[in-house]
Amino acid sequence: MSNPIVPSSLTASAAESGTKAALNLNSAGQKPYGGPDWSRFAKVDWLLLPLLGVVVVIVLWFALSATLSKDLPNPTRTWEASKSYVLEPFAYRGELDQGILRFTWLSLVLVAKGYVIALLVGTPLGFVLGLSKTMTKALDPIIQVLRPVSPLAWLPLGMVLFLGAGKQASELAALFTIAVCAMWPTVLNTAVGVRAIPTDYLNVAKVLKLSRWKTLTKVMIPATLPYMFAGFRLSLGIAWLVIVAAEMLTGRPGVGGFLWQQYNALVYEQIILCILTIGVVGFILDRLMSVVERRFKTA
Amino acid sequence: MSAYCELFNLTKIYPSPKGPAVIVKDFNLRLTEGEFVTLIGHSGCGKSTVLSMVAGLNGITDGGIILAGRELAGPGPDRGVVFQSPSLLPWLTAFENVMLGINQVFFTAPKHEREQIAEYYLSVVGLADAMHKRPAELSQGMRQRVGIARAFALKPKMLLLDEPFGMLDSLTRYELQAVLLDLWRKNRISALMVTHDVDEALYLSDRVVCMTDGPEAEVGDIVEVKFPRPRDRKAVMEHPDYYPLRERLIEFLEVHAHRRRPKAGAA
Repeated sequence: MSNPIVPSSLTASAAESGTKAALNLNSAGQKPYGGPDWSRFAKVDWLLLPLLGVVVVIVLWFALSATLSKDLPNPTRTWEASKSYVLEPFAYRGELDQGILRFTWLSLVLVAKGYVIALLVGTPLGFVLGLSKTMTKALDPIIQVLRPVSPLAWLPLGMVLFLGAGKQASELAALFTIAVCAMWPTVLNTAVGVRAIPTDYLNVAKVLKLSRWKTLTKVMIPATLPYMFAGFRLSLGIAWLVIVAAEMLTGRPGVGGFLWQQYNALVYEQIILCILTIGVVGFILDRLMSVVERRFKTA
Repeated sequence: MSAYCELFNLTKIYPSPKGPAVIVKDFNLRLTEGEFVTLIGHSGCGKSTVLSMVAGLNGITDGGIILAGRELAGPGPDRGVVFQSPSLLPWLTAFENVMLGINQVFFTAPKHEREQIAEYYLSVVGLADAMHKRPAELSQGMRQRVGIARAFALKPKMLLLDEPFGMLDSLTRYELQAVLLDLWRKNRISALMVTHDVDEALYLSDRVVCMTDGPEAEVGDIVEVKFPRPRDRKAVMEHPDYYPLRERLIEFLEVHAHRRRPKAGAA
């Protein structure tokens, strides 16, 4: 406990405030200074400060709904109106009146389909771009031009494309939009990953005279996986962003569709519920992907 | 003495904006079966280029290489290569890294036999207890042991070693030189090694080939090393010929390697 480099002023002040110093010593254990125990504060830090942030936002929300924007339902009203959706998350009261988790599930299913298409198209395309300079030169300008196009612009094109599909048109258009928008990070990251495969690994494949297929499956794909998963994660984030837009425009049931419908019906209370749901689900998806991604980082 | 491996007029020219860059010119070398030959020379003199041409990883501009009566074209598992960096695939265990080559070469053998080969060579290089670890869990020296096991396990006609111990500390280097020598003695595979460590060259080889500095690198001097085998490091270093040979190699590297010889002339 005795530390020779304790500044005299600190020891003096600790001795002065009797109980305080005793408390600090007990909790701090090894702390030579008798000062505050920062490790205990750190825990409070990530629990208390975020809570504080939430409280501030809610207060601002109250203030905003009371002053500037009278149409915005305040937090209590929002909760009252959303309660049934949250407390009975799987209720089915009609096509566009379902529990929030039921809506989320519908959205997730659509996203999953579009996302799988994006990966199935994007990964091979990324490989082709990574392997062939000619293909890169040919396709890169197109990709750079198509990449920044908003989902809101793709959706009408999708509707036109699948006009002949009748009832299915809106779902196919939504899938098309999700796939087209979400594909790019996968394409670009895979291409970068393929270009970054160490020559050493390729030399091993050459020396062993591995067939093209074996070189691809045993060397190139494993070497590219970390990059691919970084792309997959970004793609999933975009796919989830797009779903809302797609549902809004097509009127399909889901979180986004519900939000838009309520807005059009002049029921504003559930808009914030939907926004929160979309945010939380997006956050969870990103966390899940980062867990998967980390598993491949060591490779 | 018939040549088992012959490098004739081996030449490497890279096109460059300032005209063709001649890295290696008319490099001639013959190896007998089971011979251990070392190439020494300054960094960047083109010795690794020669080796990678033999490995088939680098295109040959002119001349050729004959191994066991056949002219080589491209890479192949008949030459076991030990790279400077161990070049293990990090997502495979040591065992799986060795198996990758074995499956390729001995694809007709039943699975348990192939696995036995990998286990045998990994045990011989001292990795019996660590063979199911990934490269990230192994030390640099252990990784290079895997690299050596991988090369020998293919039962190659020739062994190519590109500064295999250059990245190791001297203690580990000594250990691995002994491991290599032991395996080489048991298998009697012709070996061509590149190094810039004179002591390593003397300890391991039957002949040391000194290369002149590039561009247009070629054979400068060939030194026969006739220490009795099996070799023991201490005995080698105490051999009366050791220091004269060492002096000769170092003098070559310090003086003659830099001297540009006339194109047609011999040294």
